[in-house]
Amino acid sequence: MKLNGSEIFIECLKREGVKTIFALPGGVVLKLFDMLHQQKDLDVILTRHEQGAGHMAEGYAKATGKAGVCLVTSGPGMTNVITALADAYMDSVPLVCFSGQVPTSLIGNDAFQEADNIGLSRPCTKYNFLVKDVADLAMTIKEAFYIATTGRPGPVLVDIPKDVSMATTEFVYPTSVSIRGYNPTYEGNKWQIKQAAEAIMKAKKPILYVGGGVVFSGASAELIELAELTQIPVDMTLMGLGAFPGEHQLSLGMLGMHGTYQANMAMHYSDLVIAIGARFDDRVTGKVSEFCPHAKVIHVDIDPTSIRKNIHVDIPIVGDCKTVLRELNQILRASVNGEQKELRKPWWKQIREWEAAHPLAYQQNAEGPIKPQYVVKRLYELTKDRDPIVATDVGQHQMWAAQYFKLAKPNRWLTSGGLGTMGFGFPAAMGAQAAFPGRLVLCIAGDGSIQMNMQEMATAVVSKLPVKIIILNNRFHGMVRQWQDLFYQGRYASSDLENTPDFVKLAEAYGAVGLRANKVGDLDAVLKEAIAVNGPVIVDVPTYRFENVYPMIPAGGCNHEMILEDPPELKDKQAGGKKVAPDGNDTVLTA
Amino acid sequence: MEHIISVTVENKFGVLSRVAGLFSGRGFNIESLSVAPTLDPSMSQMTIVTSGDDRIIEQIVKHLNKLIDVIKVVDLNESEFVSRETALIKVHTKAEDRAEALRIADIFRANIIDSTPGTYTVEVTGDPQKIEAIINLLQPLGIKELTRTGRVAVAREPIRASAAQPKKVARE
Repeated sequence: MKLNGSEIFIECLKREGVKTIFALPGGVVLKLFDMLHQQKDLDVILTRHEQGAGHMAEGYAKATGKAGVCLVTSGPGMTNVITALADAYMDSVPLVCFSGQVPTSLIGNDAFQEADNIGLSRPCTKYNFLVKDVADLAMTIKEAFYIATTGRPGPVLVDIPKDVSMATTEFVYPTSVSIRGYNPTYEGNKWQIKQAAEAIMKAKKPILYVGGGVVFSGASAELIELAELTQIPVDMTLMGLGAFPGEHQLSLGMLGMHGTYQANMAMHYSDLVIAIGARFDDRVTGKVSEFCPHAKVIHVDIDPTSIRKNIHVDIPIVGDCKTVLRELNQILRASVNGEQKELRKPWWKQIREWEAAHPLAYQQNAEGPIKPQYVVKRLYELTKDRDPIVATDVGQHQMWAAQYFKLAKPNRWLTSGGLGTMGFGFPAAMGAQAAFPGRLVLCIAGDGSIQMNMQEMATAVVSKLPVKIIILNNRFHGMVRQWQDLFYQGRYASSDLENTPDFVKLAEAYGAVGLRANKVGDLDAVLKEAIAVNGPVIVDVPTYRFENVYPMIPAGGCNHEMILEDPPELKDKQAGGKKVAPDGNDTVLTA
Repeated sequence: MEHIISVTVENKFGVLSRVAGLFSGRGFNIESLSVAPTLDPSMSQMTIVTSGDDRIIEQIVKHLNKLIDVIKVVDLNESEFVSRETALIKVHTKAEDRAEALRIADIFRANIIDSTPGTYTVEVTGDPQKIEAIINLLQPLGIKELTRTGRVAVAREPIRASAAQPKKVARE
């Protein structure tokens, strides 16, 4: 069967099981779009910016566990999608991005809208391809999906010159892929797994430290079995939220810079850290030299480079989390007996003491300004029965969402962890909504972040993606302001946004619904109203401007030395009336 | 500590930049890098001289292995190896220096591969110390141009007693 490059592109996507692609056209990809226009199997969502297309594909991938697909044009199309590629690379999101390229005869000529797509994307993709011959296209697409979704997942770029998209060739769909330099290890070393099981049996104060790897390998059931079997407490990373049920009695919540007191203390004083699909990021380890000083470390990861990158590991296990945990559970089932609960009692007693000493806390005054934590808490309580998907941007609101929105299952949490990309949340939520049209998809955003990809509201309205955006509006780049308050003597260099657009009117301008909750008493009704709307909604919630996220481990600090509340000088300063709460309300609360 | 890492890669465009990009992006050192096709023209052999403590070398080896175009990585320092480097040195030679230049070349078993009334071009092969030594001796004469290949290396074949033994028996 003779097909042109664009037809091959579509045929290959269909055979990979792709249903939706996020795309924005341009000169060199017109043939691809023309062919997409003439078929019915693939849904094309036209975004308003290529960064949006990339993040939507990420949201789609995170919610479904399958590769997200986006298509952009050459030159500026490519440079715009780079942020999303870098984000996906840091957070191991399976993504296949197709970029247009100038015709092969013009490559290197500084042609109109030409960029070195391969050079640009090399440091922020798992792999990239330039297709120079249409005969290689089908195989390249097959390899791209294979690389993106196997091993440690990641973004792959396929650069298609205009002439390749138009040339015809005999279409042969490759049945298998074999790349001699790429053979990810799935099975963990049996001897090492046995060592790990023995260490777990011996440990008095073990802790499970689980990350996004558990989510991507679909190992939640195995993780729950391991934790329940051995009665080991579970700390989750930002990326790992949902891997273990947030309300489970063995869950200590998130650890790290803004993790819970008990999660960080348990990590610091443990004698055995069992890291599963997590990478000892600096936001987790704090000061490396004083990280878990008493602990042996077991590290399960599919990426060998993650092991011993930042910290010393005693029992490294390279393999897929699910496969390794299954094997580990099998050994432990045979050896664990009723004594485990007994054995862990002192450890749990200590953890419960920590929990009781410094629980997550904030103070919501019924008449005072709305506290952001309260908004997240109410949103959680009002929606948890509907098993929502929750996206966030990056900053204070993200940390509050991580702390207070307790996810029960994996693939419900869309957040930018490694790269910390503001503007990620809204398009990611739209990508998830495209995958699951019937589900409730929430986007918890900050007033700073949301403005970074606000243009996608047009996409949401036109493509009927009824995402509910809740803006915790403090008219600050809040996390920047928090650091300036704590470490820069309160000099708000370029963090005070002073004024933000009227988000209600802005939503309406796009043809969406805009709502606002001005008082604590209005909040529930407004949130309920938003959830009931059959279409995209912005809920603007002006919150107390100077609320800070605690606990906090200062960058490079030690994990057991958390700041738990505003230091006295900060309280004095705020109480001194120098700062004004939202809407001119002078009532100032201390956290 | 200095390590020599031998890397077998796909002989494709862009592979060199992937390897170089890995080193620059992660802040690893490259002291020298040489690359050429192998017997199988679909593959190339790279010899990378780098340095770092054990943790860094472990990361370098792992990251090289992670590159999809990398087929095999061997840290040659894990066993015995032999390494060589070639330098081409163009030396200024005044009439009274020409004999001295020849003597130096002779000491190092170097070849004169080009000659003009005012210069000799010396080709020398050896380990880095030898190359350094001849450069030091030629420098007073005036080195006009110097180009070095970077090191290439190969693991020493282990001498197995079992392989050597039968021959001896046969001869007896």
